[in-house]
Amino acid sequence: MKKRPGLSSMLAIYRRELLSYVTTPTAYVFVAVFLFSIGLFTFQIRPSFFDARAADLSGFFGYHPWIFMVFLPAIAMRMWAEETRSGALELLLTLPAPTWSLVLGKYLAAWTVAAAALLMTIPLWITVNVLGSPDNAAIFTAYLASLLMAGAYIAIGSVMSALTPAQIVAFVLAVLVSFLVTVLGLPLVLDFFSGVVGGAVAETIARFSILHHFDAAQRGVVEFRSVFYFASLIALCLGFTVLAVDARRGG
Amino acid sequence: MLLQVDGLRKTFGRRVAVDGIGFVLDVGEIVGFLGPNGAGKTTTMRMIAGYLEPDEGVAKIFNIDVTRERRRAQERIGYLPEGAPLYGEMTPWSFLRFVAETRGMTREAARHAVRRAAQDARLGDSIDRPIETLSKGYRRRVGFAAALLHDPMLLILDEPTDGLDPNQRHAVRDLIKKLGEERGLIISTHSLEEVEAVCTRAIVIDQGRIVADKTPQALIDEHGTLERAFTALTRGEERA
Repeated sequence: MKKRPGLSSMLAIYRRELLSYVTTPTAYVFVAVFLFSIGLFTFQIRPSFFDARAADLSGFFGYHPWIFMVFLPAIAMRMWAEETRSGALELLLTLPAPTWSLVLGKYLAAWTVAAAALLMTIPLWITVNVLGSPDNAAIFTAYLASLLMAGAYIAIGSVMSALTPAQIVAFVLAVLVSFLVTVLGLPLVLDFFSGVVGGAVAETIARFSILHHFDAAQRGVVEFRSVFYFASLIALCLGFTVLAVDARRGG
Repeated sequence: MLLQVDGLRKTFGRRVAVDGIGFVLDVGEIVGFLGPNGAGKTTTMRMIAGYLEPDEGVAKIFNIDVTRERRRAQERIGYLPEGAPLYGEMTPWSFLRFVAETRGMTREAARHAVRRAAQDARLGDSIDRPIETLSKGYRRRVGFAAALLHDPMLLILDEPTDGLDPNQRHAVRDLIKKLGEERGLIISTHSLEEVEAVCTRAIVIDQGRIVADKTPQALIDEHGTLERAFTALTRGEERA
């Protein structure tokens, strides 16, 4: 009668969450605003895509961290906060499902929405192929890195959503934490830390920045340590989400 | 023994919500939790259902400790939370499938379980309509069906008839009586009439403690009516 309970629960939650994204305006609004914003940044902000006069998408990928850090918390904010507010969390936590399966199912559904938004930018990839001869392997790598980075921002949003029943608070906290984790690698921030704690420590801090790891990947360079960084950040955040959800049982 | 509860205690900050509650329940018993608002009924039910962890004490279902082996215990419990929170955008059919599959059932087993539970809860034609368009009575029935999906031996129903009209209340009471024939049931209610109509035992809780554990008839014999028994035994927030 039963299959592997954790896996089955995870898939059931994944399907339900995905259904809730497509039957409510959330996902459509997110994808539309994401596409509009990425188009605006890529084509209107100087140096724009055409100013570069090169068949590549580096300008396009360069905006991803900044757009993701605002839009992905908006997708993630309802994950747990809404369940707590509506009382459905009580229903979920009285089912014999491991907490990790609930967390992972919800997370993967939100990640799927982000992946769908990224997929819809494929026409841009086609366009650069029409205009010239880009390094398609590098673009493919950059897409994968962008997807991985999106996963990290959603994971941050997942923890924040599990910490509060108010979606807007979860959103603000997630944007704030995402911003901090992103800008650690900016020269301005690096200079500030160098002045306070010394160059070596500042360099170490910068290695924990999303920008630091995305920079190489968006140029098409796959570094194991960057993949490891994003995977670890996702695992850490999801681990904290499990702890935060389980902590509700303590009252 | 179906359920054994011993010395359950739960505090929220400085407030003691449940203070050493203990009782046993066998198959065929329908126990009604009676008590004023804030007496600790819902917190006790939540601890038995594995939603909250007690600070002290144990709840065992067929000797399985709810805190230590939560998932094994939850496989044997059907729980209807207060207000029966559901996902409004889903239909009862898709919602029940979701609950069944989250419980670990295969798609085929889930399909059978949903069909049976929908029949037991008399969902009728409402099975394919979005939950948010259903009446309160039907939403409660969907919650019932979700609690019955895995054919549990212990059913915990938190205010199952709250907010229902007299006809809906009557239908739910019939359902509770039918379910109680082969299972153990705990229901919490503010309706003394309901306790008299469906419960084989009444546990009166006040300020986190059990102040009476008797048959409804024994309470009536002692105090004249259930209402007098309730007033005599409980202080509640108003009279504290």
